[in-house]
Amino acid sequence: MLKAIESSGITKTFGPTKALDNISFSVNESEIFGFIGPDGAGKTTLFRIITTLLLPDEGNMQVFGLDTASDYKEIRNNIGYMPGRFSLYQDLSVEENLNFYATVFGTTLKENYDLISDIYSHIEPFKKRLAGKLSGGMKQKLALSCALIHKPRLLVLDEPTTGVDAVSRSEFWDMLAKLQQYKITIIVSTPYMDEAMRCDRVALIQGGRILSIDTPQKIRENFSRKLYTVKSSEKYKLILALRKNKDILTAYPFGDSIHVTLMNDKSDNTLSEYLTGKGITDAVIQEAKAGIEDRFLELMEKNVKAKGEGQRAQSTGRREQSNTTGQ
Amino acid sequence: MNEKVIYVKNLVKKFGGFTANDNLSFEVYAGEIFGFLGANGAGKTTAIRILSGLSKPTSGEVNVAGFDAYRQTEQIKKNIGYMCQKFSLYEDLTVKENIVLYGGIYGMSKSLIKQRVAELMSKLKFQEYENRMISDLPLGLRQKLAFSVAVLHEPKIVFLDEPTGGVDPITRRQFWETIYETSSRGITVFVTTHYMDEAEYCDRISIMNEGKIVALDTPERLKKQYNASSVDEVFIKIARPN
Repeated sequence: MLKAIESSGITKTFGPTKALDNISFSVNESEIFGFIGPDGAGKTTLFRIITTLLLPDEGNMQVFGLDTASDYKEIRNNIGYMPGRFSLYQDLSVEENLNFYATVFGTTLKENYDLISDIYSHIEPFKKRLAGKLSGGMKQKLALSCALIHKPRLLVLDEPTTGVDAVSRSEFWDMLAKLQQYKITIIVSTPYMDEAMRCDRVALIQGGRILSIDTPQKIRENFSRKLYTVKSSEKYKLILALRKNKDILTAYPFGDSIHVTLMNDKSDNTLSEYLTGKGITDAVIQEAKAGIEDRFLELMEKNVKAKGEGQRAQSTGRREQSNTTGQ
Repeated sequence: MNEKVIYVKNLVKKFGGFTANDNLSFEVYAGEIFGFLGANGAGKTTAIRILSGLSKPTSGEVNVAGFDAYRQTEQIKKNIGYMCQKFSLYEDLTVKENIVLYGGIYGMSKSLIKQRVAELMSKLKFQEYENRMISDLPLGLRQKLAFSVAVLHEPKIVFLDEPTGGVDPITRRQFWETIYETSSRGITVFVTTHYMDEAEYCDRISIMNEGKIVALDTPERLKKQYNASSVDEVFIKIARPN
């Protein structure tokens, strides 16, 4: 089967910074594929290479079997790209922006109206308004409409939900899910771990490297240890106490609880006793299922270890390096 | 923990015919981590500007750190700190210059500033960065420094705007530990965010919709009340009831 994207050994360096370090992956047609990782992980650089705007130093990138270096013109006709920063013409109206992008790609708004109607209908009542005067959520819908206007085979969305409120985010993902019926392949980047669950497959990316590629479900299942949540009304005291316990491998705050893994997967029986001894009498310990972020943390720890040198501030979750937390 | 550091009763703020804050009432306690949530345009920014002495209420009672939001805005400003993730520090100043600059703005004495610089350098293990530009600092360190600067003058309340958006999961957790440590010293941490799982870390959260506070409780109780597995779900159920 033809892959939408096939990438091998992509490396890109900016001065002393290795933005991408030997990145290989492939994306199937009609798939929603997510790149999940923090700022500075290399997501935007990678997307700029996929969209033929940047050449890698090393490696090979193909989009629908076409090479991003030699066949860039043809690739560009087949992709819709929504960059992280709003980059439509602020002093053109909603309608003018759409018509402009349609004309650039030799099509019309009418021709592909079906494809975008679902999204565009939200902003159509404001079609005479200047793009610069739209709210954040409306800008996002206009940008998506413009990226879709020429019916691309591949849609590339760079952090489309950053800075957008939870409701608009959720609506945005609903729109993407609907686009799948048109057999459009979608790659999307996000720093929000919870959005991984809306993708068919995801790549966890950090420091220019891919830590893991799989379905969101599998990524969670790949968490290698038993995970416990520990709750107490005295959270900070609890963290300090956990850090001092030799049987504890990692202890990370996760919302209202602390996620804990134990050395050699020891049983948790002694833990509540230990905490009581430390003056924490209301601790509730439960076994829990790992989430995407638990797995991301685990992989980051391994990655840091593999790199050998102490990536500075990293890794306080680990007991043995936890002496910096305040008194 | 019962000392009230923020007291708001029937706060109304109007801009012409538009009511941005519609009869808000809430209290925040010393050492509490309070999440202030709401969709874009719900009225959060307006309320925060009032709480930080940058704007005056139209009506209602507002007291911050013991000072009145109508008459004592300058005292309010001296008793609060503010950090937002992206723009808190001057990128073309060094670490030390930033600390000295903010210390000066907060009206701290030279000797106290000097002492704080030394404390921070050793506490954050920043010695090697002291004379480096902010733009050279990794994101995680920049963020820690921004927070330390926001509480440099030991304010009663520190306002954080999306403090951990976009940072990696480990850095994020280190940052929350710093927040816990700060709150354990009695400083109130007032968090606004779009990032609903940041809200899960707060002691209590309020959710605003169309100028009103529509929910206020601990994350756990709100989840129970709305039969939701996450604050994200609570938020969506409130803002989009159908």
